[in-house]
Amino acid sequence: MATTQAAAPLGVRRRRRSWKGWQFVGPFMVVFALVFLAPIAYSIYLSLYKNRLIGGNSFVGLDNYQQALHDSVFWAAFGRVALFLAVQVPIMLVLALMVALAIDSGRLHGKAFFRVTIFLPYAVPAVVATLMWGFMYGSQFGLVGNINDALHTSLPDPLGSHLMLTSIGNIVTWEFVGYNMLIFYSALRVVPTSLYESAEIDGAGQFRIIRAIKLPAIRGALAIATIFSVIGSFQLFNEPAILRPLAKNVLTTGYTPNMYAYSLSFAGQQYNYAATVAIIMGVITMVIAYVVQLRGAREI
Amino acid sequence: MTTAVQPSRRTRPSAIAHKPYRRSKRRSKTLTLLTSLVAIYSLIPLAWLVINATKTQNGLQNSFGLWFAHGKFALFDNIRDTFTYQDGVFLRWFANTVLYVVVGAGGATFLATLAGYGLAKFNFPGKRGVFATVIGAVAVPGTALAVPTFLMFSKLGLTNTPWSVIIPSLISPFGLYLMWTFSAQAIPDEMLEAARIDGAGEFRTFFRVSVPLLGPGIVTVLLFTMVATWNNYFLPLIMLKDPNWYPLTIGINSWNDQAATVDGQAVFNLVITGSLLTILPLLAAFLFLQRYWQSGLAAGSVKE
Amino acid sequence: MSRMLKVAAAATAAMLALAACGGNSDDKSSNSSSSGGGTSAADVTAALSKGGSITVWAWDGTIKDVAAGFEKKYPNVKVNLVNAGTGDKQYTALQNVVAAGKGVPDVAQIEYFAVLQFALSKSLANISSFGAADLKSNYTPGPWNAVTPNGGVYGLPLDSGPMAMFYNKEVFDKYKITVPTTWAEYVDAARKLHKANAKAYLTADSGDAGFTTSMIWQAGGKPYTVDGTNVGINFTSDAGSQKFATAWQPMITEKLLAPIAPWTDQWFKALGDGTIASLVTGAWMPGNLSSNAAAASGKWRVAPMPQWDAGGTATAENGGSSLGVMDKAANKALAYAFVKYASAEEGKDIRIKAGAFPSTTADLSSQTFLDTPFPYFGGQKANEIFAKSAQNVVPGWTYLPFQVYANSIFNDTVGKAYVSSTTLADGLKAWQEQSAKYGGEQGFTVK
Repeated sequence: MATTQAAAPLGVRRRRRSWKGWQFVGPFMVVFALVFLAPIAYSIYLSLYKNRLIGGNSFVGLDNYQQALHDSVFWAAFGRVALFLAVQVPIMLVLALMVALAIDSGRLHGKAFFRVTIFLPYAVPAVVATLMWGFMYGSQFGLVGNINDALHTSLPDPLGSHLMLTSIGNIVTWEFVGYNMLIFYSALRVVPTSLYESAEIDGAGQFRIIRAIKLPAIRGALAIATIFSVIGSFQLFNEPAILRPLAKNVLTTGYTPNMYAYSLSFAGQQYNYAATVAIIMGVITMVIAYVVQLRGAREI
Repeated sequence: MTTAVQPSRRTRPSAIAHKPYRRSKRRSKTLTLLTSLVAIYSLIPLAWLVINATKTQNGLQNSFGLWFAHGKFALFDNIRDTFTYQDGVFLRWFANTVLYVVVGAGGATFLATLAGYGLAKFNFPGKRGVFATVIGAVAVPGTALAVPTFLMFSKLGLTNTPWSVIIPSLISPFGLYLMWTFSAQAIPDEMLEAARIDGAGEFRTFFRVSVPLLGPGIVTVLLFTMVATWNNYFLPLIMLKDPNWYPLTIGINSWNDQAATVDGQAVFNLVITGSLLTILPLLAAFLFLQRYWQSGLAAGSVKE
Repeated sequence: MSRMLKVAAAATAAMLALAACGGNSDDKSSNSSSSGGGTSAADVTAALSKGGSITVWAWDGTIKDVAAGFEKKYPNVKVNLVNAGTGDKQYTALQNVVAAGKGVPDVAQIEYFAVLQFALSKSLANISSFGAADLKSNYTPGPWNAVTPNGGVYGLPLDSGPMAMFYNKEVFDKYKITVPTTWAEYVDAARKLHKANAKAYLTADSGDAGFTTSMIWQAGGKPYTVDGTNVGINFTSDAGSQKFATAWQPMITEKLLAPIAPWTDQWFKALGDGTIASLVTGAWMPGNLSSNAAAASGKWRVAPMPQWDAGGTATAENGGSSLGVMDKAANKALAYAFVKYASAEEGKDIRIKAGAFPSTTADLSSQTFLDTPFPYFGGQKANEIFAKSAQNVVPGWTYLPFQVYANSIFNDTVGKAYVSSTTLADGLKAWQEQSAKYGGEQGFTVK
């Protein structure tokens, strides 16, 4: 992330470097250090020890990391969120982008209505969203069951092992499409109109304008939305954890890396190993976020 | 973060001004129809929530999910029961949530505004590392940091107090990012120079000159942090043991879990009504402040 | 910006107000700690007359009335009752505060399967010196054994869950199903019912550690052996475990179990409308049925638990919990006084009146208790069956000293049998292996 220097707005370059800026950034960083950096440092420390119910605490060096690298439960969980990331994030972002482009195109009837309704789910707490979808997914008496009864169909159980990841993806998509749509839409709104007008005069079609002008213009927004979505996917926790009582056999304690770390530290009191898993996931997430932003810098 | 934060050469503050709508465009029925599908998808669960909030515990079990139950229209009974159940603890949770939101989201917005402005308008040693550190730290799963955070907070005597929820809510990385880009564009350097020449101190300049210009950005960040705090689930779940400090999300989930206890009473109707009541204030805030946050976001996400 | 300042000022004011009325429950116990060093029965009396306050973590709804009764009897004592979550959620919280060494309650509700774990990790105090050991004859053997591992007393029984079969008589009559007395008959009844009505199921089970261990318990299985830190885990060659795995497998394979997760809205509905026609579970179930599946009131009945051998009477315990005194409690004598009040004195009567199922022999044999009719069961005197079940619990069962963790991975292992082609026997084997691995990592010697 050394490239941040590029961020310096032009006006600043003229100014001398001084410590004055820290007066403004300082308070944020102090709290940040308390709630992020200190626990991370503590986790790194914890990850080098092992505490047992019998025998107490001992320094084990990198043993926990060694163990994690060969832990099939951890890698299965990682594979699951990687798959989730590869499928759900593109669907959500493309959907959000299409809606943003549609609203921005000025060709919709009632665009203010769409802008607001599609954004509304974001205001629904993940807990409430998941409880709601959980009720609806019920294949006996939920909405799915109602449909089966009414139409004499037998839809597959959304909470069965085959559809579970899709069902979770649906909840996450529902929650965040509007949020991402709004980020894209706002970015689109400030693309100078003059750019399209000249293109239109040149006879360019809508799709060509989108490809050649609009998408490049908002690629920063695309990159930041992708990075936050990547982080969100790797940290998938709330939705599966709240759905768990409905399908414990499918949503195992190691369903996502985050659930795994949670159950290790809470049900199993393996704080040290849980910290190790967290650090490894953090490193992987950082690397991927970094690659995404590098690619984002180059293309779209 | 190259692309994300590089200010545009094209977009000067003037470009933030609303783009004129191109009314001449032909409206498209097909496009409207397609977008409607997404809108319906967004609304169905909310409709389900509203419809089911009108049912009794019994009606909930015996009627079609997307239509009203025969017989009793119990919305008002449910609302009353939600507010009076367990000696009115819902109101207490509501007050707690408001407290967490006002102090947490308010504080987060304040810190993000200060820091974003500092990053945008000052050149200082260590600046390059700030945002990289923030993004890097955000990548470590918070859930897994919960135990270390809990143990630390416990040593500081903060667990089971409102501070254990408020202090972590004070950090909003996305808010920092928005305020940084927004400040870079919304505040002309010339104005700051002028204020400095007049002999105003940095903080005086910030509050007198800059904050008024940052209004829309501040409202946007405030809304995002409000949602984050209002919806906060995991952190209070770990930090708080005393139901008197629960926010709404934890409280409602505890009602949902209650059915699973030995003498537990299933109150799914109250869970649903409580959920509806929980999201109403947020929806209201969004609709009410629409005008502000949209312009704030627009400017904030100006990137090349 | 002045508006923002006003908001901030209002927030501060609200905060102060809230802090004033709700505050610092965290350290309440330590404030009152000055007196609490004693460990004898005399100290308990002294602590009661001196007074003070104790913090109690319990999720059981009747404890609220017990606390009120206790405060009324001993006006100097203040009970601060906290519902810190149900079951596992509370254990998590408890482990956290114990690890942090701060905010530990004085008294905590612990289910029987978890007592050994909290006793071994020295989270619970041994209360035998207060006179708890003398109370042995008050309780039925199942609960008493659960709270007295390794020769200490780590809590007093709050309730118990001797098992019985609850069934919907209306559904049974309609499809001409005779009440099964053996598990073989039970499986046959399941087939018959589901064949007669594809939407009806004899029972629901989507993989529950408590149910599975209770079934093995009743079958005479002893998969767990615990001797200090030497632990044996053996499902694969334990006869009782294999008996269960073989008998229950057809229920899964032939899809005879309702695909409904327990304790959900759907589950209660299914119990109320006949979709689920029976349940084999602990004697604490009636209150739950009558308040949450009210639609079926009068239709259900209780019968003895089906047997592994025709003509047998063996039963097992399912669920149930104790109240224990935490080792870090500031005032153990006072905490013990509360536990005793709730378990062996007036508090117990308050709980029984509210519908809890007792673990005390005197109550189980009292005529009024046995004669109590249950309207939900059509006026049946169900306590007679429960009381008999309590006497016939198979002795010698023990849980693991890390049963909380073992139960948490039950659905990862045995649960696979319910959603894939894995068999129950294979699932139990996986459960055994993973539990053993964890035990080894935690420093136990696992055979």
